[in-house]
Amino acid sequence: MANRNNEGVLQNIDWILVLMYLLMVTMGWFNIYAAVYNEEYKSIFDTSQSYGMQLVWIISSLFIAFVILVIDGEAFPRVAWAVYGAFILLLIAVIFVGAEVKGSKSWIGVGSFRVQPAEFAKFATNLAIAKYLSNINIKIDNLKTKLIAGGLFAVPALIIILQNETGSALVYGSFILVLFREGLSGNFLILGLMMVVLFVLALLVDETILSIILAVVAAGSLFFIRRKMRNILAVVGILVAALSFVYSVDYAFVNILEPHQKKRINVLLGKEVDPKGAGYNVNQSMIAIGSGGVLGKGFLKGTQTKFNYVPEQSTDFIFCTVGEEWGFVGSVVVIGLFIVLLLRIIYLAERQRSAFSRIYGYGLASIIFIHLAINIGMTIGLAPVVGIPLPFFSYGGSSLWSFTILTFIFVRLDAYRFQILR
Amino acid sequence: MNLFSDRKYVISAIFLTIAVLYLIRLFYIQVIDDKYKLAADDNALRHKIEYPERGVIYDRNGKILVYNEAAYDLMVIPKRVKNIDTADLCNMLQITKEAFIEKLKKLKKQKFSSFRPEVFEGEISLETYATLQEKLYKFPGFFVQARTLRKYPMRIAPHALGYVGEVDEKIISANPYYRMGDNMGLSGVEKSYEEALRGQRGVKIVMVDVYNREKGSFEGGKYDTASVLGKSLTSSIDAELQQYGEQLMQNKVGAIVAIEPATGEVLTMVSSPTYDPNLLVGRLKKKNYPKMVRDTLKPLYNRATMAKYPPGSTFKLLNGLIGLHEGVINENTTFGCSRGFHFGGLTVGCHPHASPVNLKFSITTSCNAYYCNVFKNILQKYPKTAIGFDVWRNHVMSFGLGHKFPTDLPQESSGNVPTIKYYDKYHGSGRWNAITVISLAIGQGEMGVTPLQMANFCSVIANRGWYIPPHIIKSIDGGQIDAKFRKKQRTKIEREYFDMVVDGMRNVVLNGTGRIAQLDSLTVCGKTGTAQNPHGKDHSIFIAFAPMDNPKIAMAVYVENAGFGAAWAAPIASLMMEKYLRREVKRPEMEKRILEANLLPKKEDWVAKK
Repeated sequence: MANRNNEGVLQNIDWILVLMYLLMVTMGWFNIYAAVYNEEYKSIFDTSQSYGMQLVWIISSLFIAFVILVIDGEAFPRVAWAVYGAFILLLIAVIFVGAEVKGSKSWIGVGSFRVQPAEFAKFATNLAIAKYLSNINIKIDNLKTKLIAGGLFAVPALIIILQNETGSALVYGSFILVLFREGLSGNFLILGLMMVVLFVLALLVDETILSIILAVVAAGSLFFIRRKMRNILAVVGILVAALSFVYSVDYAFVNILEPHQKKRINVLLGKEVDPKGAGYNVNQSMIAIGSGGVLGKGFLKGTQTKFNYVPEQSTDFIFCTVGEEWGFVGSVVVIGLFIVLLLRIIYLAERQRSAFSRIYGYGLASIIFIHLAINIGMTIGLAPVVGIPLPFFSYGGSSLWSFTILTFIFVRLDAYRFQILR
Repeated sequence: MNLFSDRKYVISAIFLTIAVLYLIRLFYIQVIDDKYKLAADDNALRHKIEYPERGVIYDRNGKILVYNEAAYDLMVIPKRVKNIDTADLCNMLQITKEAFIEKLKKLKKQKFSSFRPEVFEGEISLETYATLQEKLYKFPGFFVQARTLRKYPMRIAPHALGYVGEVDEKIISANPYYRMGDNMGLSGVEKSYEEALRGQRGVKIVMVDVYNREKGSFEGGKYDTASVLGKSLTSSIDAELQQYGEQLMQNKVGAIVAIEPATGEVLTMVSSPTYDPNLLVGRLKKKNYPKMVRDTLKPLYNRATMAKYPPGSTFKLLNGLIGLHEGVINENTTFGCSRGFHFGGLTVGCHPHASPVNLKFSITTSCNAYYCNVFKNILQKYPKTAIGFDVWRNHVMSFGLGHKFPTDLPQESSGNVPTIKYYDKYHGSGRWNAITVISLAIGQGEMGVTPLQMANFCSVIANRGWYIPPHIIKSIDGGQIDAKFRKKQRTKIEREYFDMVVDGMRNVVLNGTGRIAQLDSLTVCGKTGTAQNPHGKDHSIFIAFAPMDNPKIAMAVYVENAGFGAAWAAPIASLMMEKYLRREVKRPEMEKRILEANLLPKKEDWVAKK
């Protein structure tokens, strides 16, 4: 049975997805080489340099991928809870025993080998949500269901915030898209969008003025709806909610955020100009990307990334090398590849007979998407600078392994789809 | 089961929307907005300037007059200075710790990046450099940069060679070649041959990383330009003669200019008091320049080309030549002299000598009456004084007087030959005549001549009628100089008349006023002069050339406030000729007398102001 199953895997896996994975990982490797290229260590295989190490991560990732492909597809839903529980415990443990790197306590290590459990908690959470929502008795309209589903990704997110890795925690917000696909009212997406708009306005506009504007809008809207008691109450309720949200944002901004976080947000909103301080990264990153022009400066010819003007140029700011050395053409190719990948995953998810596999697929797409949006967004000044990697491209073992596991579980689930009866 | 499968479109749309938004943004910053490209170049490219070595200047015999010596600046990159042993460094630089900290703080506050190298201490001494070089590794952020300074091994001819200094904003705005901190020639040959001497600056574009560390050349050096070495110059100056002239002129105010008549090459140009040109180099200049400017004897003033003196009796030669050419006299014309020239109530006095006087004797004895008559006759030959004066003036100008030469010496004065306009304005049109301006007959009055013009005038006589504009550089990198320094300028006066005047000059030295200038078998020809000076004692003047046939040197000597030409200027000229033509002076007594003479204005007169 196991043998037959394995024979089936190679025939049934989606080679398009796998090839795109290999292509992007390879492109990432070459861009890391260019980003930190060093004349003294010319070989791309030199493991004393990060480009050499990335190859080690790539090869080990391929090994992990292979291991996942030989696991029985049935096993994933079965172990979902156990894996999730284990990672929650591990995340908590890291707060107490973890090593502190750049102000965040999110690493655990044995000797010189260190991993970031927060990276791996993504696939565990994805498994758990897929497991929970694929339960045949689940009705998403149910408040309890919403709360439990929300809790499944809110808990790891909160623990990660406690580790001081706010950026990684943001990623978990993307599961809202999964819930939406599984029937969550679109109002939640609209609500989310409204909250983002109000959040920005609350920081940009004086709160008193904003309150007046909101009140006027609410009063105005009363003319366009039927003035039934219920509707009027709804408008007033929304207004009160909006106002309290605005005031709590202001309160949180003033009293809770760290000064450096405040500064980053202010710089992003254009309220402060600080090219040497908080705005330094973004400014340098935009210089690197902007100087690439249409066709780019050419492989290894970038000056801004290679010569360290852009910080973190091989990890969080790897897109700068793409923009500088390959220009707008390179930007189009990379973003295009990601979009093709995301649409392919959605297409594959939709063809699953198993709800578990489909939900897992959407979880995968959402996670990749939010990384893409925040990571590239921050390099071009459209998103706050939070340290999250660009999937498959950024240097780093934890992140590459994590995305490999996330992706190949889905590849495995997809290959297994014919064996599922329902 | 797949109740909400249409929502895949909503989710796909969200993905696509973000992607399109980002691509629009990327299109804007990568393709449309140029400012990032400029900012990137600003970040990573440094235009490194390579200064070529300034050209060396040799004398006519290949002796070095100016070369370059290495100087070392201690540079610092303020931001790199970390954990250094301040006491040790201060000790080596011999500055206090407070001064050190203050200086570093000031540099750190500058508007430019703190990663930019700045001069911490300029021109550190060789000993400091040697000790520092060994320990430099202990002081991160500090390094030593070599550059060059001018060095004058013989310490001579500062006025001719000039000095080099930093350009100011005026020069930079007038000439885009120069940039802040550049050096250029500010006077003398350094100035007039600036372009040849400086060479061409090269630019090398290097890439630097965020720590300002060099990372190789940009695009393999495609946009670099190589520097071009400064050209070396060969001066016509004879260094030994120049040095000797400066020695003879010590403790005297005045000038010596010697020219090789056949070529117009200036052999010597002494302006006294002189100074050691090394005093105006690099940081010594800051200290010494203001002092020299304040010195009442004006050592910076180049008397050889800028001071206007009356030519005195030497001018009689010129009036004689004009008289011969205009036919108002011939070789045998005589005039009587009874201790001067008397006309109406006017008297131009003369010393007692035999009378009547012919041309040759008039030169030998420097008779004033003779030349007053000649001058009067020249002007009266024409129906109107103004016409006669104009003819006379044109002759004078053709000897290189009253105008600037097309010379390679900057800061040259044109001297003064008065014009009709000037006298018309002074006396009224038609209200003056030869008698009114009779002092021009004997080289006094409004006449102003620089020692350079005087030497050239002597050269015209030596050449019997022509000169080549005097110049001080004879070749550039072994090549030819400007054609204007090879073209003869001719007077209208016939050669035979020159021979008559030269005969008189020879006689001046043989048995006339300039006997002291006699030099054994050499056929020295000369003419004394004594210029009246309204401010004090007369100036002592002598012009001379030798040998009489095929002359090798023509010169003018001025010694201010020294009395008769025969007293000081003539022996100095004679010693100079001996030095140049014999290469050895064998008249120690005469030499000693000149060297020891102190003819400076009384000290209390010029020290009073200090």
